[in-house]
Amino acid sequence: MPTDVPALEMRGITKRYPGVLANDHIDLTLKRGEIHALLGENGAGKSTLMNILYGLAVPNEGEILLDGEVVAINGPADAIARGISMVHQHFMLVPVLTVAENILLGEETMANAIFIDRREAHRRIVELGRRFGFEIDPEAKVGSLSVGWQQRVEILKALYRESRILVLDEPTAVLTPQETEEIFAVLRRLAAEGHSIVFISHKLYEVLEIADRITVIRRGRVVGERLPSETTEDDLAELMVGRDVQLIVDRGVSHPGAPTLVVEGLRVNDDRGREAVRGVDLSVRAGEVFGIAGVAGNGQDELVEALTGLRKPSGGKVTLAGHDVTGLGARDLNEAHVGFVPGDRHRYGLVLSFSVEDNIVLTSYYRPPFARGMIRNDEAIADAARGAIKEYDIRTPSEKVPVSTLSGGNQQKVIVAREFSGEPQLLILDQPTRGLDVGSIEFIHRQAVSRRDSGTAVLLVSAELDEVLELSDRIAVMYRGEIVAIRDGPTAEKEEIGLLMATGRRDAAAAVTAAPGPDVSASVGPAA
Amino acid sequence: MTDAAPSGFADQPRPSRRRRLRDAIVVPLLAVFLAFIVGSILIILSSLLTPDGLDFTLPVRAYLALLQGAGITLDPEVAVNGLVNTIVQAAPLTLGGLAVGVAFKAGLFNIGANGQFLLGALAAAGVGASVATWPAPAAILVSLLAGCVAGAAWGFVPGALKAITGAHEVVTTIMLNTIAASIIGWLVTGPLLAPGFSFARTGDLGNSAIPVIFGRNLNAGVFLSIIAVPAIWFLLWRSTLGFQIRAVGANPSAARYAGMSPRLIITLTMSLAGLLAGLAGAVEILGATGFVTASYGTNIGYDSITVALLGRTHPVGILLAALLFGAMRAGAGLMQITTGIPVEIVDIIQAIVLLFIAADVIVRRVFRTRASTGGFAELQTVTKSYSEGVVH
Repeated sequence: MPTDVPALEMRGITKRYPGVLANDHIDLTLKRGEIHALLGENGAGKSTLMNILYGLAVPNEGEILLDGEVVAINGPADAIARGISMVHQHFMLVPVLTVAENILLGEETMANAIFIDRREAHRRIVELGRRFGFEIDPEAKVGSLSVGWQQRVEILKALYRESRILVLDEPTAVLTPQETEEIFAVLRRLAAEGHSIVFISHKLYEVLEIADRITVIRRGRVVGERLPSETTEDDLAELMVGRDVQLIVDRGVSHPGAPTLVVEGLRVNDDRGREAVRGVDLSVRAGEVFGIAGVAGNGQDELVEALTGLRKPSGGKVTLAGHDVTGLGARDLNEAHVGFVPGDRHRYGLVLSFSVEDNIVLTSYYRPPFARGMIRNDEAIADAARGAIKEYDIRTPSEKVPVSTLSGGNQQKVIVAREFSGEPQLLILDQPTRGLDVGSIEFIHRQAVSRRDSGTAVLLVSAELDEVLELSDRIAVMYRGEIVAIRDGPTAEKEEIGLLMATGRRDAAAAVTAAPGPDVSASVGPAA
Repeated sequence: MTDAAPSGFADQPRPSRRRRLRDAIVVPLLAVFLAFIVGSILIILSSLLTPDGLDFTLPVRAYLALLQGAGITLDPEVAVNGLVNTIVQAAPLTLGGLAVGVAFKAGLFNIGANGQFLLGALAAAGVGASVATWPAPAAILVSLLAGCVAGAAWGFVPGALKAITGAHEVVTTIMLNTIAASIIGWLVTGPLLAPGFSFARTGDLGNSAIPVIFGRNLNAGVFLSIIAVPAIWFLLWRSTLGFQIRAVGANPSAARYAGMSPRLIITLTMSLAGLLAGLAGAVEILGATGFVTASYGTNIGYDSITVALLGRTHPVGILLAALLFGAMRAGAGLMQITTGIPVEIVDIIQAIVLLFIAADVIVRRVFRTRASTGGFAELQTVTKSYSEGVVH
């Protein structure tokens, strides 16, 4: 009903932080029963805007209207009382409590002054779940639920409080494609019942699929509003980043040379002593991208750790340009010009409290020119860091700030700058773009291809099948610790690879009768 | 792209250098201030027990006497004496504070500074007595070295245990503290027992004693504390070893990824911490006490933890914190003489300082400051490194 008063209107919202304009006169209108996507890169100001709505931040200018009336929201409790709920990316749930207990936290349904009316609460929770298409057990411990179900608990929490406006902050970031579809179904029913939903994301295809309307924010400003029917992924990406973005880099033709990395019969145990890599053979040639596809947990982590010196293999042989490097440590491999972009950048890739420059020299701090004997050469370090910041377009006020203050994309660029420099002969990229925005993904893919073209052997491991397909000259599928197939990259078929990832076999009949293995949809990604 | 507006960190503007310095010192200063306020309340309450009854001016008089005793006065003679006392008291606290602070940088909580101090003292006393007839410079040097080696060994043990087996250093160092005290009792009543005294003690130092160079008791050993501050600063921020220590402390996984050896660094850092504490013990014996008795004990190693935290594990901060605590110890005597307040009030104030620093939320609430937690990230690293078992 277009004549209706909007459920929420934010007018001219401006929020300044010292030195930064986080929100610059943002207007946002949320109709009743609408799913409204808020799209923007990390740091564009989406979260600030939603924090203002939720009463966590006070705007310098602008006003908020709920059902046509100007309101002042004093803190989250006030926001909840006014029917606004927020579902955070990182769930605010207590894992050791049950579903019902989590939902009741702060909103207890009382039988009398002292006791909670559990039976009534359980009845309402089950009923709410059914209304939106799922059966939930109020007695289940939240910690035992999958992330998809935890998300439902978060949503139920909001519904239990009779919220009319739901803000979902990147709700799909931790979900598999299948779980995402299921949550989308829930959201659609919510909207059909008249709830209004703000859906924050930077995944373009999702936004196009779920949203009724899309508002794009860049650098604190609304730069466009679109209807999904009138726009495309490319159009949205350009709005979001502010320039034409190539969602798929043009990888060109590769000219592979001699094998750089040769792995023969490699066996690696996981932390619990079980064999996670069971006799892997592969070779990566100079000037090619060799991609490893596979559902997470099929031995990729252990394989990468064994190849980068973080874990000792239990058998097999690894040679690098003809030299035996089996079981060598991280330092030796680094000296042998092996670059490594780790999958968990906060755990391995960066020391978050260190400055950008210290992270740039994290693996080479002991070598000239960064050290003279045991003494650091601060000037050389700063020089190198400034050069890397320029070359890799790292957005940072200076090389001296802690790397923790940078956005995820820029943090990853710091790692890429460090690992891609110094003529690596082998680059191992583990989930190189996980959690990054499209601009950074494009940049990192471009860098990988350019390294390949200058003769580096690139080993790419990714749970995003699309990424493997886009970049790889050859694709290996890893299943239960073994390489079950190797395909030519440019001609590989997504369906076939997906099937191989799920079952370890390629014939379709096998897929139907396959033993319950890892779920294929977990990493095939939403088909374009 | 050139210097376009930085976009990636919209919600986290970069604090200026001055701002960061302010953030680092504001909580410790306020913690000390609050501790003195609480101390004055206790002093007022204690006046209830005196014949004169409740006396609201007592804290002012007490604190003035404390300042005077610490050397902050116009009377030149009292001032010189007080300042010398402050420095002498601050010297071992500085080394001890560094021993705890350096370990913090590697993500280790060195509760063992006291045991390392005790063994350093014992070794210096024992070796000092046996080389008492050597020429002074050689005797002093050998005795100091003995203290360093003993302390370093007492730091090496928990370091190696942590590196090899993952045993938590808090548990092992507490046990080693007790063992160190027992070793003193055993050696001083046995092999190191000097004949001809009415009680069990080590022998006379002779030429091994560090000479007093000024006033009544300012011995040359304080220079070692003064040198240690810039030396440790240089080690931590200008050397590649310090870079490794800080990297292991902040993120051991990333350190391993970067080709460092967290096991080696942990062992080395604990040994270095022990060396500093052992040196403190050696100077204390060679420069002031002169010998070790069978029941020799001290709390300097524990006070050093407070000093390190108050100084936010920065060498300069540690020096300032040690001077503050040294001044309080130097002034306590005069305070007791002139106002009758027991010197133990100083311990209470120190303990309250530690409480406010550990629970710095209180300080922020009281003063509505938004300064960062800063140094206490080290404490969190300790817990984190333990829970993750990162050494393996």
